[in-house]
Amino acid sequence: MEKPVIVSVNNVSKSYSRGNQPVPVLEEITFDIARGEFLALMGPSGSGKSTLLNLIAGIDTVDSGSIVVDGVNIATLGEAELATWRASHVGFIFQFYNLIPVLNAYENVELPLLLTPLSRRERREHVETALAVVSLTDRMDHYPSQLSGGQQQRVAIARAIVTDPTILVADEPTGDLDRVSAGEILSLMARLNAEFGKTIIMVTHDPRAAEKAHIIRQLEKGVLNNVSA
Amino acid sequence: MFLLRLLSRNALRHRLRTLLTILGITVAILSFGLLRTVVSAWYAGVNASSAARLITRNAVSLVFSLPIAYQERIRRIEGVSAVSYANWFGGVYITEKNFFPNFAIEPQSYLALYPEFVLKPDEKRNFILDRKGCVVGRKLAERFGWKIGDNVPLRGTIFPGNWEFVVRGIYTGAEKSTDESQFFFHWAYLNETLKKSIPRRADQIGVYVVGLKNPQSAAEVSLALDATFRNSLAETLTETEKAFQLSFVSMTEAIVVAIRIVSFVVIIIIMVVVANTMAMTARERIGEYAIFKAMGFQGYHIAGMVFGESLFISLTGGCIGILLTFPVARKFGEVMGNFFPVFQVEKMTVYLDVIFCLLVGVVAALFPTWRAVRIKIADGLRRVG
Repeated sequence: MEKPVIVSVNNVSKSYSRGNQPVPVLEEITFDIARGEFLALMGPSGSGKSTLLNLIAGIDTVDSGSIVVDGVNIATLGEAELATWRASHVGFIFQFYNLIPVLNAYENVELPLLLTPLSRRERREHVETALAVVSLTDRMDHYPSQLSGGQQQRVAIARAIVTDPTILVADEPTGDLDRVSAGEILSLMARLNAEFGKTIIMVTHDPRAAEKAHIIRQLEKGVLNNVSA
Repeated sequence: MFLLRLLSRNALRHRLRTLLTILGITVAILSFGLLRTVVSAWYAGVNASSAARLITRNAVSLVFSLPIAYQERIRRIEGVSAVSYANWFGGVYITEKNFFPNFAIEPQSYLALYPEFVLKPDEKRNFILDRKGCVVGRKLAERFGWKIGDNVPLRGTIFPGNWEFVVRGIYTGAEKSTDESQFFFHWAYLNETLKKSIPRRADQIGVYVVGLKNPQSAAEVSLALDATFRNSLAETLTETEKAFQLSFVSMTEAIVVAIRIVSFVVIIIIMVVVANTMAMTARERIGEYAIFKAMGFQGYHIAGMVFGESLFISLTGGCIGILLTFPVARKFGEVMGNFFPVFQVEKMTVYLDVIFCLLVGVVAALFPTWRAVRIKIADGLRRVG
């Protein structure tokens, strides 16, 4: 049985302006992502893969076309609506972890929950669960500077999943890690996909990282070229 | 709670920069408080004056005296409850550096008109009975270590000669604003001596102090009083005690205005310093604000963080400054006691301190907040790493 579509990208175009000159980044992109899919977006630098990821995650807006995530056309949402939507539907995993340095691991993971109506006790339960998933319960009092790169990325993953979002977006999640740590992070993401059914959209340069995905899509000069499963 | 934790930790991220900024605010608020208190001290005499008293002086100038014979005629004017008089003596204690105001007065009527000078009954009685006696303010007695029974010599400047007095009383102020650095002695002692040495200057007084039955009738009584002595050899000019005191302050109005301007300039300077600190802070954290926004935090959350941090810094510095103002003002008042007999930090100064702290915090955060809120998430995230 075919899985239901969770993300539908329809004729999306995006360009940036350099001076007065518009520079097209994405042209008429159309594709679907099924619920529970682990998709890798690959392509050379400047191919538009991060831009496409940002559009799907609702942190950038399309010039034309539509992006429907879990039944919501996010291209029609205003800035405030989009922020509210992101808070409950998207979990972010960045290349440089992007943890807040003055907050410890527990507080970093708790951050997205501050936008929810959960009580303090409920938040604690969620945070501890998320940190248990990434095997960092014993490091919850540590600050980012006291953690290794791999551990910081695991905290970032815990922060991304703590609200149980509809999709996880990862932009080069292993780009700043050594090979061993990168392997651990990829295994963790594969586990999140396999065990918890998380839909993951990952941008990567790394063919080894892409191997963990179910589907690899290649972007070249703003055009989606091929699909390999 | 979480926000407060985040604000305080963010504020202390660059400890030296934050501490220097807080120190700057502390110094600015302290300076503002002291300068305001100097201005208040300048007006202390005005503020301490009573609405129920008029001062009558020679219409030509304060330098010229009035005959003692006017006293009874003034007493008969409708609306007058009591009359007393005083002479500015201008005596010097050992050296000119030891300046303090000293007056020859008629003890009973004068002390009755000035209930703010509080004397023990026996001291008051002893003073009234001893023609060479004097009463001094508490601060003045402390300044020179005078005690009851001490002999105090003054060298006359306006009234030449060496004058000997015995301290018969030490008054305290009924209000905080009461000047406790004055020296009073018997006008009769002065007058008797003048009758022998310079008879033409005898039976003259500097000013009349006129008590009113009803403070509302000040204007009518003043007019009536001056009309009584119109076309006489010594015409009078009567005004409220407040107006009389203000006439002295107005002579130095330019200095007061300059001090006021400087006090506000200090606040403007620190506002620029804090704005610079907050601009640097916001620029460094643009990436973090983008992360917050990516997670779903809205513009007002970001604004809250920037404003909160700015207010945290300005209020911390401000509170320390306000707390320091009191002991520093007390010390300043002790050192400058002969220039500023009343040197009290007013409530209004503290209120203004708080208002300016809030204003500095808010204004300093405006531009950084505007930048932080407008940042596009994708652009902000590019600055991380």
